[in-house]
This record gives sequence, C-alpha cells and structure tokens, in this order.
Amino acid sequence: MELTFASISDISEAVKTKKISAKEVADHFQKRIGSLDKQLNSFTSINPDSLKQAEALDDRIAKGEDVGLLAGVPFGIKEMLCTKNLTTTAGSKILSNFVPPYDATVVARLKKNGATIMGKLNQDEFAMGSSNETSYHGSVKNPWDTSRVPGGSSGGSAAAQAARLVVGTIGTDTGGSIRQPASFCGIVGVKPTYGRVSRYGIIAFASSLDQAGPMVSTVKDAALTLEVISGHDPMDSTSSQKTVPQWSKNLSQDVKGFKVGVIKEYLKGGLDADTEKTFNDSLEALKTLGAEIVEVSVSMTEFAVPIYYLIATSEASSNLARYDGIRYGYRAEFASLSGVELEDFYGKTRGEGFGSEVKRRIMLGTYCLSSGYYDAYYNKAGQVRRLLTEQYLAAFKKCDVILSPVTTAPAFKIGELISDPLAMYMNDIFTTSTNLAGLPGMSVPYSLSKSGLPIGIQVTANHFDEQRMLNVAAALEASSLMKGQKPHVI
Amino acid sequence: MSYRGYEPVIGIEIHVQLRTNSKIFCADATTFEAADNENVSPVSAGMPGTLPVVNKKAIEFGIKTGLALGCNIRRKSVFARKNYFYPDMPKGYQISQFEKPLCENGQITFKVNGVDKTVTISRAHLEEDAGKSNHSGSYTLINLNRAGIPLLEVVTGPDLRSPSEAAEYGRTIRQIVRYLDVCDGNLEEGSMRCDCNVSVRKEGSKELGTKVEIKNVNSFRFVEKAIEYEIERQIDEIERGGKILQETRLWDPDKNRTFAMRSKEDAQDYRYFPDPDLLPLIVTDEWIEKLRKELPELPIARAQRFQQEHGLPEYDSQVLTTEKSIADYYEETARVSKNYKASSNWIMSELMRELNTANVQIENSPITPTQLGKMIGMIDSGTISGKIAKAVFQEMWNSGKDPEDIVKEKGLVQITDTAAIEKIIDEVLTANAQAVDDHKSGKKKNLFGFFVGAVMKASKGQASPDIVNKILQEKLK
Repeated sequence: MELTFASISDISEAVKTKKISAKEVADHFQKRIGSLDKQLNSFTSINPDSLKQAEALDDRIAKGEDVGLLAGVPFGIKEMLCTKNLTTTAGSKILSNFVPPYDATVVARLKKNGATIMGKLNQDEFAMGSSNETSYHGSVKNPWDTSRVPGGSSGGSAAAQAARLVVGTIGTDTGGSIRQPASFCGIVGVKPTYGRVSRYGIIAFASSLDQAGPMVSTVKDAALTLEVISGHDPMDSTSSQKTVPQWSKNLSQDVKGFKVGVIKEYLKGGLDADTEKTFNDSLEALKTLGAEIVEVSVSMTEFAVPIYYLIATSEASSNLARYDGIRYGYRAEFASLSGVELEDFYGKTRGEGFGSEVKRRIMLGTYCLSSGYYDAYYNKAGQVRRLLTEQYLAAFKKCDVILSPVTTAPAFKIGELISDPLAMYMNDIFTTSTNLAGLPGMSVPYSLSKSGLPIGIQVTANHFDEQRMLNVAAALEASSLMKGQKPHVI
Repeated sequence: MSYRGYEPVIGIEIHVQLRTNSKIFCADATTFEAADNENVSPVSAGMPGTLPVVNKKAIEFGIKTGLALGCNIRRKSVFARKNYFYPDMPKGYQISQFEKPLCENGQITFKVNGVDKTVTISRAHLEEDAGKSNHSGSYTLINLNRAGIPLLEVVTGPDLRSPSEAAEYGRTIRQIVRYLDVCDGNLEEGSMRCDCNVSVRKEGSKELGTKVEIKNVNSFRFVEKAIEYEIERQIDEIERGGKILQETRLWDPDKNRTFAMRSKEDAQDYRYFPDPDLLPLIVTDEWIEKLRKELPELPIARAQRFQQEHGLPEYDSQVLTTEKSIADYYEETARVSKNYKASSNWIMSELMRELNTANVQIENSPITPTQLGKMIGMIDSGTISGKIAKAVFQEMWNSGKDPEDIVKEKGLVQITDTAAIEKIIDEVLTANAQAVDDHKSGKKKNLFGFFVGAVMKASKGQASPDIVNKILQEKLK
C-alpha cells in the first residue's frame, strides 16, 4: 500500500488487520510533515504524543479490541478546536499560551474511533478571513502554487490535506471556511447541516453559523469522517437528536432522475472564465449521468453577504468578550498592576492580543448590537435570514440538490486582497447563504484552471439530507477532470 | 404616612437564588460551603469552546414561583446575552432573559399593618449569577463558585408607597419561595438580594420622579431603613432646589445612609441579543399544569383557611403560617388534639419559646406534633390539669418521650375522684380553722384563692381544679 495517497478506509482496514501498525503510519506522516511543511506553514504545532497514541492503539488491536472506524488514521485538527493538553490558539496571540483541559466533542469522537492526532493546523485568527493571512502564526501557502493563498479560514487544514501531510483533517465553516479553501486546494470539504455536529469545544466565532466538518481527499473519506463526528451531544443544546445515517455505506454515484437546481440569481456573471467553464462542465456531466437541471430562485442570496457580516460580527463581538487576560490566555504586561484601571487592563490586553481583522469585526458587531441600532441591523438581518431560509426550503421542493461555483475565481495571490476587506468579504458570495440557512454544503474538486489551480464545485442539499449531497458529489468526483493531478509541493 | 407633602414611589427587584443541586447552565455543584473555586468546570470558567445547557430544575422552580405569584407563564421565553465586562463574569456576558421573560403580569396581596396591599409583579426571569471578587491588598482574587448559580429576578411595578410596605413585600416573597421550597431564603448567605428603586413626587402628582436604585440590600430591615433614608434625602434635595440624579447607590448599615456607587449617566449599553447557544425555552401546557398541581397551599390562603375553618384569630393564623414548617406542625398537632385554639396557643407560646431559646428549627423539635396533640387531648379529657401539662411539656422537651408515658411514670394523673379530693379538702380546712372562720364571717376577703392553692399544693397539683373549686364552694358557704 502506498501510504501517502491511501484512503481513510484503506489505512483503517490495514491497521486493524495488522498489515501495518498505527505507529508506522503515524511515523510516515510525521516525516512528511517534517520535510514538507516548511514550505506551507500549515501546522502550528505537532502533537508530541502522536506516536505514543498510535502505539497504544496497536496494543489494543493486539488484544483484539474494537478500535473504531478511523483506526490509526492520522488527522490534523484546526486550531479552532480544543484539544486536551495541546495548545489551542484559534490563530490568535490572545490564546497563544492556551492549553485546554478538555477535548472538543469532535476531537473526542475522532480519538474514540482510533484516529491519531498529529497536530494542530493553521487558520485565520478566530476563523476570520478568506485567505489565511490573518493568523498570528503567519500565512499558509497553497501547495499548488506557494505564491498563492490556500483560502481561509481553514487554510492550514486544506493545505496539509492537499499536500498529504495527513490523511484527514477537520476544519470549521462559518461562512464558507471549509468549502472555499477546499476548492482552492483541490480537496473535498463538507460543512454539515447546522446541529449535525456538536460545537462543544469549538472556539466560537459566530455561534448560529459555526459548524465543523471533514476536509479530506475523497467523498468516501468525507462520508466516513462525518459519520464519526456527527450526532447528538448533551453538552451542546443546539446539536440535533436525529440519528446519524451510514453515509459511507450508502454512498452511490447514481444520480439518474436527480433534479439538480441552479440558482438563477447566481447566473448574473462575474465569474472568471475558468470557473464558469468548470461549473458548466459539471452540469453537463450530471446531465450525461441522467440528472435533470432545473432553475430555482433564491432571490435573497443577493443580501447573503451583508446579512452574514451583520450576524457573524455581532455574535463574534459577544463571543470574543471572554478574552480579557483575567483567567487564561495572553495578558498585556504592566510594570505593576496596582493602580491600573480595569478599563486600561482590558484595553491594553485586548489591543495587543487581537489582530486588526478581528478588531474590525468586533467593532462592527458591537455597533450592530448597540441600543438604537439593534433593530436596524441585527434584528433586520435575522428577518432576512428567515426569508432566505424559506426560499431555500421552497427551492428544495423543486430540486434534490443545488449546484453552484464555490468561489468566483481560483486561489488569488498572497497579499492581493488583504488591504481590501470588502473585496475579500465578497469572496464568500456563494458560500455564506448555506450557513445562514443552516443547510449542508460541500466543495468537491472538479477541474484545474489554465494556470493549474484547482477549482471546486459546491453541492448544497436540504437540511439533514447529507446523503444526496454526498451522492451527487461522488458522481462529480467520478467525472472530475483533475484526477491524478497533484500539487506541485508533493 | 406623610412625607412633607411628598409621595414615595418604590419598586423592588429581588434576586431569588434557586436551590437546585447544579448550576443553571452546567453540572457544577451549587454548595455554599465549597472551597474557593471548587465548583468550577470549564463551562463555569467560560473557557473557549464551552457551551451552556439549561437546567430543567431551574426552569421548574421558576415556573412554580411564577404560578405562586399569579404570573402568566410564557410558552416560549428567550435567553439573551447581557454584554458587559467585569472580572468575575467569565464569559464577558451574563445569560439572562430580557425581552421575553419566563413569567409576566402577576400580582400578590399581603397585609401591612392589618391592611391589604396588592402589588403587581411585572416580570420574573431566569438568569445566571456572576462570580465573586475578593479584594485583598493590591490583589483581587476571583471565586467562580457562584458563577452560574440560578437566579430568578422578581420585579414589581412602581406600586409600593412606604418603606414598611417594601419590607413587608420582601418578607412575603421570602415566605412564598420558602413555602415552594425553591429557595432557602437565607439572606446572610446571599440567597436573596434586593434592589430598591426609589423616587418621590408631590402628592397628587401623576408623573414619576427621577428614580435612584439602591443595590444589593441583604436584609428586609435594611430595605426599610435604606428606603426611609433615601426618601428623606430626595425630599431634602428637592426642597433645597436641587435635582435628583439617576444613579445607583449602596446602603451603608453602619452609617445608616445610602451613598452613590456610580452615575447612570455613563451607564452601560448591554447590547442584549438572543443567546445563539441556547434555543428558545419552550414550556408546554401539560408541564405547567403538572407543576401547578405540585404547588403547596400558599401562606396567605392557608392563613385564611385557619381563620375560617379553624376559627383561629387573624394574629394566630399569620404567626402559624410564617413558615410552612410551622403551619404543617400546627395542622398535625390540631389533627391529633382536635382543639385548634389550644394547639395554636401551645405552639405559639411554650413551643416557640423553647425552640427560640435552644435555637432549634421546628422541623427538629424534640416534641413531635403528635405528642403535643396527644398532650392537649389529655388536658381536654381531664386526664391532666393545665398545670401538670406544663410539667409534662418540659419533660417531653427534655426526653422526647410520649406524654402518656411521662404521666404514667411520674404518677401525674389528675385526681378526679370526688371522695379523694373531699378528703384532702377536709384536711386542709381542719389545719386552717382560723382562716375558715375569718372567711365565713367575712372578716377577710379573697381567702377562697388561698384555700384552692393550699388544696392543690396538698394534692401535689394533681387534683382537678374544677372539682376542687366546686367542693370548696360548697364547704365554705
């Protein structure tokens, strides 16, 4: 078995049947990280215990214990997820010294299923960004072209996965942060239905939008990982009680008779030529496979980006209030604390601890929630959000899934948009409405641009209908025009 | 009461600490006596990534209190975030209910100086408590044991008109939450804290004056004193031509005055919004009805029943219903003794005195209500005299024995045998021949009581006073 490109199920099967030890697998990928990550900056820290964890798993297998679906599979975890005894910074200086005393539920479920945690992955600070340039740990480079961004905010996860430094990664998606970097880096990224995956232990950015999901190499791996991390968690009131289907077992490429929706408001132009061609090719491919393309209308998507930024920044301004240097995390230095006014303490600590993008969003969110503005901004945004959701539900009466581009263009150059926050925000035009409506969405790699950059396709489904979304993605994967292509870094 | 032609307008907010075993949004214990920061998990500490999950018991306690206060229970209430920075508030916001509280529009009636007073309850909402800062030299130490303790904030309309009404309102709320067993009512431990909103206006005026909030008063006596002071202070200020500042003040019990804490002019903008980590709180009709059925008879209704069905005086009814445990004790005693007034008398005088002296709660009384009831029954059946009963009572208190056993052991049974009593009387009269003469000749008056005393003494108190009286009257004619 060629370990570098092996699938999750291949590795898990080989480890369980003792064809290879978990330790050998972990060792292989640890070496890859050591030799390749200098070019990418995708890892922020390496788990010093990964080999020990793998060995312990081998012992359990030797004793005949059942070790779960991800036996010995090396995973990288986005910095946004708390890992017990492993530094968790959310890409921010203010948490640069934070070591959680507990595991996020997602991480606990990966461990319970035998995954080896290799380390933590870089990201935009508090997941705020679409390019992975706002991290306290520095920018991540795109493995297909290191002068370009990997996308954000789960850029570290996308880059590490694309370069096969690990076999699976976990990202988080608040407005497209799994799907956009997955598209930029040519991997599969899934944002599940809101409530499908517990948010417990995921550092909150915007609570009503955040959702963790797998960022992996194949649709099958995505289905398998999603099965492991999904399901009700008594520690998260917003997590769903719905049973978790066996998506990987029921995965099928058969889309005959499927109605594939295209949002007509998305067809107004503004796509770069390669992206437009990729999207049209994907529609053609599905048609050839027997699917029917139908036009649907979700007119409120026009407002998705502004609504998203009102809601996300408002919630973030409140969620980030706890970082005050009192109980944990970074604290500004004072010659002596006696005589320091409380406001000055908070001001200096937060002023030094947060980066400029985070400050910009805290300011915006604080303004939106202020008395006198709440009704005009946060409340109004909530009303439009409900209308948007209703329009999606109406659209899903006419189609099984909705297909769209993930981004308007492939990965841009590092530094190209960083000084233009509005242009950067518009990057999320195809992805934010999915979060606002709580729908599952995923990005599946489909083609390469003329300059050799990956372009993904976004598949969106109705609430809790991940199966159909994964099946359409599997069909697209099978007809993908970039099979066998590898990033330059490899 | 008159205040120099001014009328005080008072509203009260009481934070009632609900006596759940765990905190309102996580499983941490709520024990008061825990060591510093012992009851603190990552959730209480507001660690990154942690989430709140609401405690069902806290909701039930909130609903029960709302029902007892005559409130409407909202079928869909919403937890909001109240955003402000404070070192002992770990998340940077407090989870509270704002626009859509659990309970609304109630009212309660209670007696102030014998007159009925009705106060509206505008709302009662659930929220979490903050932690505690302990200032020690140049350090501030933070204890998060309190962070996340469930509170029900009960808010009145501006309906109270005097300090004594305000204090009595507070006592009434305390009485009710203790009856419901949703709060221990322990003000010293901070289980109830009062904020008083006070303003004054010219009598007859309909407009409200500028209100001042007196925060965190921890006794109803202080509520009364603080408001009294504040009314006088405000009137003085107005009479002097000054203006009342809208501000928060604190009560200093040592100096007997309020002082300014902070001006409301730089008041916080709390930026309330629905907490996205918690779904709206949905309460079904069935749930409310189930809880309504669990409500005990409340003190005011119970006092009325004691007056109407037991024929007790208003005073007795009120004393006996101050605490549910006392009312329960009384009802059980009366059930056994079948004598309402005597049961009330014995509890209010003898039992209460002993309990107070020994500092024992009525639940832990060494005399059970059954024992007391039986003893009263023995008086009524003539088995023992009232005087012997006092000795029996003391013995019951000391030993916890049943009254029948005590009477038997000590031979305290009342002598009702007429012949035996007549014999004792004859002996007493013989021994006091001179006095008998004096009595009969009318030389000295009021000697009758002397003979009764002497006979009772000779019988060691066991002779039936009724029979003694009757025979003595015959013999001394």
